[in-house]
Amino acid sequence: MMNFRQNGKEGLLGRIKHGFGTSLFGHDQDCSANYEASHGVGVRLEKINKSFSGNHVLKDISLDIAPGETFSIIGPSGTGKSVLLKHIVRLVQPDSGRIFIDGHDIYDEPDKGENRGYRYSMVFQSSALFNSLTVGENVGLWLREKRICNETRIREIIAEKLELVNLRGKEDFRTSELSGGMKKRVAIARSLAMNPDLILYDEPTAELDPVTSDELARVILDLKAKVNLTTVIVTHDLNFALYLSDRMAMMNGDGIVEVGTPAQIKASQNPAVRGFIYTTTKGIKGEE
Amino acid sequence: MLSLIVKRILDIFQTAGEMLFLFLRTLYYFKEAPRNFPSIFRQMSEVGIGTLPITILMALFIGMVLALQTGSALALYGTQEVIGSIVGLSMVKELGPVMTSLLVAGRVGSAMAAEVGAMQIYEEIDALKTLEIDPVRYLAMPRLIACLVAVPALVVFAIIVGVAGGGMVSHVNMKINVPINVYYEKLVQSLDYLEILKGLLKATVFGGIIAHVGCYVGFKTTGGARGIGESTTRSVVLSFLLIFVANYFLTRLML
Repeated sequence: MMNFRQNGKEGLLGRIKHGFGTSLFGHDQDCSANYEASHGVGVRLEKINKSFSGNHVLKDISLDIAPGETFSIIGPSGTGKSVLLKHIVRLVQPDSGRIFIDGHDIYDEPDKGENRGYRYSMVFQSSALFNSLTVGENVGLWLREKRICNETRIREIIAEKLELVNLRGKEDFRTSELSGGMKKRVAIARSLAMNPDLILYDEPTAELDPVTSDELARVILDLKAKVNLTTVIVTHDLNFALYLSDRMAMMNGDGIVEVGTPAQIKASQNPAVRGFIYTTTKGIKGEE
Repeated sequence: MLSLIVKRILDIFQTAGEMLFLFLRTLYYFKEAPRNFPSIFRQMSEVGIGTLPITILMALFIGMVLALQTGSALALYGTQEVIGSIVGLSMVKELGPVMTSLLVAGRVGSAMAAEVGAMQIYEEIDALKTLEIDPVRYLAMPRLIACLVAVPALVVFAIIVGVAGGGMVSHVNMKINVPINVYYEKLVQSLDYLEILKGLLKATVFGGIIAHVGCYVGFKTTGGARGIGESTTRSVVLSFLLIFVANYFLTRLML
C-alpha cells in the first residue's frame, strides 16, 4: 500500500508542502549533474562608473580578482563599496565599464541563468533572511525553487551546509529566534546551498560584536579550506579584512587607492590608507 | 509650474505603464502556480479565512441598515413587501462586492504592500534576485491568484449574511413588518444566476486590483520604515480609487 508520508524518498506530504516542483511519485534523480561541481572564478572590473542623481559614486573602478582568491574591499562608509558588489551580482547596472566573471562580460552577453557556467551568491549586510520561512527552508529555498535535487537530497544538503557554519540541527528554528551572528551564518549557509563559484559578503561584521565577528571570520576561513570558491568581502572592519584576505583593495571617495596583500596594505605609505589604518587602530587616548 | 504639471502627467503614465508591465509578468507566471501551491494556500487563508469574521459582521450590519432605511421609507407608501428584492439586488450587485473589496483592500492589500515593501527595504527582494528567483513569481503571482479566488468567495458569504440580516430586520421591526416568506419570495423573484455571476465577476476584478496594487506599491517602496508606512497608505488609497473606477465601468458594461 502506498505510504503517503514515506512515498518514494520524501513522501507525498513533503511534496505538497514544498509545491509540486518535482515528480509526485519520487522518480527524480538525486541532483542535477552540474550541481556538485564548484570552481573558483576570476572577476575583472574595467573602468566601472556609476552615478546616482548626479552623485558620482564609482569613478573608473578597475580590479582583477583571481580564481579562488579571498579578496577584501575596505574603506570608509559611503564610498560605494556595497554598490560595487551589487554591480557584480547584476543588482545594479554600471553607467559605463565592463565586468567579466569567468571570462564572460556579464552585461554584454545575455544572462543564461542556470546555464551560465558558474554560480554566484551574496550574503547581505542585513542577512536578508525570509521571516516567513524556517532556517531550513531559507537554506533550501534555491534548491527547491530551482528543482535542483529531490527532497531527500535537499534535506541532506541543508544539514551539510548548516553544519559548515556550525548551526547543525537548527533547521526548524524561526529566523526571529536567532541572534545577529546566527542570522549571518544562516545567510552564509543559504548562499553555500547554491554551491557557488563566487561568494560575495556585504559588510559581514556589521552590527556584530568582536567575538561574534571573530567566529564569523573562522567560519569563512574554514569554508575556504573546504570549498573551492572565490570570495569577495566588502567591509570597513580592517582587522577582519587583514585576517581573512589573500589580497585587499582600499577605496575612498576617489575610487581604488591601493591594492595589495594584507602586509602590503598595512605597510602602505598612501595617506588615505594610513589615515584609515590610524583611525581604526589608534588605541587609548593619550597613548598614541 | 508647467514643468511640474508635465512631470506629474509623465509620472502617472509611468506608473500606469509599470503596473501594466507587472500585471503581464504576473499573468505569465500563472503557469508556475502548481509548484507554488503552499504559498498560494497560505495567501488564500490570509485573505479568505483571516477576513471572514469581519466580512460577516460588516455584511450583517449593512443588510440590517439597508432594510431599516429602505423598509421604513417604503412603509410610508405601504410597499414594504418589495424590501427582499431591494436588499437582495443591492447586496448582490453593489454592496456585497464593493464593500467586501474595500474591507479586503484595507486589511489585506495594505498588509501586502507593507510586507513586500519591508522585503524591498531589508534587501530580501535583492536576495531573491541573487538566488535567481523572480520576485514577481515568488511574491506577486501567489498573492494575485489568492485574491482572485478568495475575494469572490468572501463576497458569497457577504451576500448571504447581508440578505439574512435584512430579512431579520424586515421581520422584527414593527414599522416594516414583512414576513420572512414574503421577503424570501421577492428576493428569489428579483434575483437570477446571471446577476449573481455579474456580482462575483466584479469581486474577481476587485480582488485582482487589491493584490496587484499591494504588490506594485510594495515593490516600489523606498526610504526605510517611513517608506513602508507611506506604501501602506498609498496602496489603500490607490486600491479604493481603482475599485470605484472599475466598479463604474463594470456596471456600465454589464447593464
